[in-house]
Amino acid sequence: MAQKTIAGVNLEVTEDGYLENPSLWTEEIAKEIAKEEGIELTEKHFEVIKFIRENAEAGLTIRKVGKSGIVDIKGFYDLFPGGPLKISTKIAGIKKPASCV
Amino acid sequence: MKKILILGAGTGGTIMANKLRKSLDREEWDITIVDKHKTHYYQPGFLFIPFGIYNKQDVIKPKANFIPAGVNLIYSDIDKVVAEENKVLLEGGKVLNYDFLIVATGTRVDPDETPGLKGELWHKEIFDFYTVEGALALQEYFETWKGGKLVMSIAELPFKCPVAPLEFVFLADEYFTKVGIRDKVDITYVTPLPGAFTKPKATKMLGALLEEKNIKVIPDFYLESVDNKEKKIKSYDGLEIPFDVLTIVPVNKGDDMVERSGMGDDLNFIPTDKHTLRSEKYENIFVLGDASNIPTSKAGSVVHFAAEVLFDNLLCAIKGRELRAKFDGHANCYIETGFGKGSLIDFNYETEPLPGTYPLPGIGPFGLLQNTKMNHYGKVIFRWIYWHMLLKGKELPVENHMSMAGKKKS
Repeated sequence: MAQKTIAGVNLEVTEDGYLENPSLWTEEIAKEIAKEEGIELTEKHFEVIKFIRENAEAGLTIRKVGKSGIVDIKGFYDLFPGGPLKISTKIAGIKKPASCV
Repeated sequence: MKKILILGAGTGGTIMANKLRKSLDREEWDITIVDKHKTHYYQPGFLFIPFGIYNKQDVIKPKANFIPAGVNLIYSDIDKVVAEENKVLLEGGKVLNYDFLIVATGTRVDPDETPGLKGELWHKEIFDFYTVEGALALQEYFETWKGGKLVMSIAELPFKCPVAPLEFVFLADEYFTKVGIRDKVDITYVTPLPGAFTKPKATKMLGALLEEKNIKVIPDFYLESVDNKEKKIKSYDGLEIPFDVLTIVPVNKGDDMVERSGMGDDLNFIPTDKHTLRSEKYENIFVLGDASNIPTSKAGSVVHFAAEVLFDNLLCAIKGRELRAKFDGHANCYIETGFGKGSLIDFNYETEPLPGTYPLPGIGPFGLLQNTKMNHYGKVIFRWIYWHMLLKGKELPVENHMSMAGKKKS
């Protein structure tokens, strides 16, 4: 487990940079993680992030975010290019979604 | 007379009917099982049909053969569950009341969820092998195929038997080698996962095998649509992959009955306590196997292990006691790797597939995360075990909970 200072807060993060404790997350932390991913957060981003944080427990899929009414799947990709679920969960400060197979 | 109602006479429902009838007093408990189909499919066998290893007769038997005397078997479509009133409506208006309900209606493929998938090329140059029709159509197609680009694509997670598409490309490699046209067949494995499999150690082992067999992997590909004219699959972020023949794992969804009952999530899987296997919402409803949303593989082995737990907990619930048994998400999958060999993975909610031996520590006979002839025999013999022991709820000589014995951590 690694320590990392994000937005002036000393946090525990996983090997690939996910917060260990989602309750310590703030919008400032989100902005800084997003910057590292090359993303400037807009209001739309935060709407998606809110949905993601609220649904973290129930399990998330790209399809589910696409049905959230906030963005469709294409829009989700546009906001978080590359791997929208991987990147958005990191910014949202929740655990990396485990694809259970 | 009190009533237990089981919806779905697939692997899980059939096992439960057998277990419950054996243990519950016939004077006291009425057991009914409902399914719309009369045929029981040995679904792990579908994989072998495209390569002419099994035919249709190898994978079908009448469901009625496996339902014990003393259980009412009804063939009917299910309209919906009215959980608040403890009743199930069948198509045509028949009503079944229950004291306890077990939902085991499984998962099915829904090609309509992906635009263009069920277009003009469906079962002509685009095939699934999760239905007997798809598997048979593909077998006929492969018999005369001259080679080209074979693309194996997975539309969405989760899907039934997560190792099946891997096994499919391994078997395709063997098949086209034996037919003598492997050099003309370009095999590509396209997955929404970041690699060949989810968990690190298995991904490494299987990734190496794919490379060895000259099968290309395209990870992180989230399928948006299929272009029948240009014969390409397209991802949401604009990637395109051309194919001559496309084999697909379509989007998996729970039964439509779940949606009509208002019991499911966005893919019609029922929110279920992953340890007790009871519905999160209703105290007298249990969910067995693929129909649930528990975070483990959708597979027959899981259903078999979960059935033990559900059985214990149902007996507790009947007596009004706290649910005692806890499911650990145990899954155990043989992976056909081609040329008479196979691998085996054994894992649960907490523990990823690790190398070692199974079921006996140090002895085996099966090798975990190893590629051996013995593992292949395990898979071959399993069909007999399935028909003759597993469905009837007989004891198998393996532990219900995953065991760390025989596994190596590093």
